[in-house]
Amino acid sequence: MNLAPSRLRPSETARVGLGSLAARRLRSALSALGIAIGIASLVAVLGLSDSSKSALLDQIGALGTNLLTIEAGSGFGAGDAALPETSVATVSRVPTVEATSAVYAVDAGVYRNDLVPEDLTGGISVYGTDPGLLGALNGEIARGSFLTEATRDHPVAVVGAVAAERLGVRNLDQPVRLYIGDRWVEVAGVLEPFALAANLDRAVLIGDRAAERYYDTELAPATVYVRVHEDHIDATRDVLAATVDPENPEEAEISRPSDLLEARSAAESSFTSLFLGLGAVALLVGGIGVANVMVIGVIERRGEIGLRRAIGATRAHIRRQFFTEALTLATLGGTAGVLLGVAVTYGYSLAQGWRVIIPPVALIGGFAAAVAIGVIAGVYPAIRASRVSPTEALRSA
Amino acid sequence: MPDPQPPAIELRDVSKIYPGSPPVKALDDVSVQIGRGQMVAVVGQSGSGKSTMLNVMGTLDQPTSGSVLIEGTDTSLLTDNQLSAIRGRRVGFVFQRFFLLSGIAVIDNVANGLLYTGAARPRRREAAEAVLERVGLGARRWHKPDELSGGEMQRVAIARALVGEPAFVLADEPTGNLDSASSNSIIELLFSLHGEGRTIVVITHNEAIAAAMPRQLQILDGRLVRDTGTVPQ
Repeated sequence: MNLAPSRLRPSETARVGLGSLAARRLRSALSALGIAIGIASLVAVLGLSDSSKSALLDQIGALGTNLLTIEAGSGFGAGDAALPETSVATVSRVPTVEATSAVYAVDAGVYRNDLVPEDLTGGISVYGTDPGLLGALNGEIARGSFLTEATRDHPVAVVGAVAAERLGVRNLDQPVRLYIGDRWVEVAGVLEPFALAANLDRAVLIGDRAAERYYDTELAPATVYVRVHEDHIDATRDVLAATVDPENPEEAEISRPSDLLEARSAAESSFTSLFLGLGAVALLVGGIGVANVMVIGVIERRGEIGLRRAIGATRAHIRRQFFTEALTLATLGGTAGVLLGVAVTYGYSLAQGWRVIIPPVALIGGFAAAVAIGVIAGVYPAIRASRVSPTEALRSA
Repeated sequence: MPDPQPPAIELRDVSKIYPGSPPVKALDDVSVQIGRGQMVAVVGQSGSGKSTMLNVMGTLDQPTSGSVLIEGTDTSLLTDNQLSAIRGRRVGFVFQRFFLLSGIAVIDNVANGLLYTGAARPRRREAAEAVLERVGLGARRWHKPDELSGGEMQRVAIARALVGEPAFVLADEPTGNLDSASSNSIIELLFSLHGEGRTIVVITHNEAIAAAMPRQLQILDGRLVRDTGTVPQ
């Protein structure tokens, strides 16, 4: 007797596997959901961390990493810490310095009007400064205009973003005045928040010469802002303290505000690995779910396995059928998970105003992880199914 | 030289021992030939070894000793995959519990009898349609199995066994789950298939059914104790 061997077309293998899943829709959907949630969390964690990081980096890039600030250190007698009056002049003579600006502490409170008690300053400080500050900090005006050479000498103020809110300065359609110290000052503009100098958001700025003239302010800078040539940041940083105060260089504190943002970005990265770990746990649980469904399926479907053997299926056919089912479940779950993860990333990033970035590794890796789970979760049940003795299967089913 | 017309099935000194303590001797040195076109009833008490004999005849199970020849081919020399091929192409099984797949239509359950031959789906369905007509269920072909009565389900199972044009059909208590009316119609169907020249071996508890069959084999404690006929020479 010459018999052609048993044969199952690949398309039939797929049909048999899919048919079995379709016959158990709810259970198949639930186990695929387990995989989907795991994959979705991995994709979303990677997507969201990249999107938020890119938002931070965009911000850092826009602000420039070449801003240095010089402040009076907290050395002895630092109660009313200030830098030497010559600071701005000497610093701007350093060849690698591109722009310099400074703020001077003004000893006065800011009030909405002259009826507010003097001690209710609302935590708002007053600084004198020069018109170059806005450019040095890459700041932006929300309404009105910044100080100019013309308004520098006069009782004219520009209000920081937080201070404007606290003082009720909403729009400048009508002339707005604030009561600073013991005199009325005209508001020329309102600032957008500064990313690199948050303390100025809670301040009202007036011209440095006006500060000197009306409030007897000594022009000893509280903070000097320095834009340095990109390629010489570290070298410049090293000489700034001595430049500002050659006698007591230790009293000048130099810092780089963008370091803070970069630290924040690094901190978010460490959270990312934590969430990735949690996502991996979710995926593992999903994989165990698939394996569980397959193992139970082998036990429940002994009759079907026995019948298939009786109508000519080889062990390999049975093995392939169960393997196909596991792989299909995991692939469906993985595809749904990737889509869900992308949707979550889009939704959250857009809500946060971030640019949406989904790293290809998240898409490919997520899908590959799902397939790998399917393979791992499918191998054992498939082998087990193929080893069931047909008579045993038909008897006990 | 093999016999030019070997019997459909031949058991030569077949024993089957299930290991355990004590080991169970389900078949004890059974030799029997079933000729082409015969209709044979296998009778015996529960646990006498009837089902084991049927499974061994159909290569679902292998004997511990002795040999099983199907159309003259000694199956003890074949690999597991070759045995699968024999079951898929030369043997038709009918079980007491039908074993229909509930999720797919009647026609595809029948067409599944050809699934592992590699035949394409249109060709399988075509064959299934023809054999469903033969068992009187042509009109029900698109129904799902759970929309059928027990007797109809067993007809579907018989159609599945027949669709591959097997050398013989092995039916293990085909009426065991059916009421008497359905049983009668199934037995009639088996007789009419026999009338068309098919080889059919039926296990049955029902003495009246067995008595109606041209040849009866009685099994007791794994031994063939009565055989009312032999292969016609």
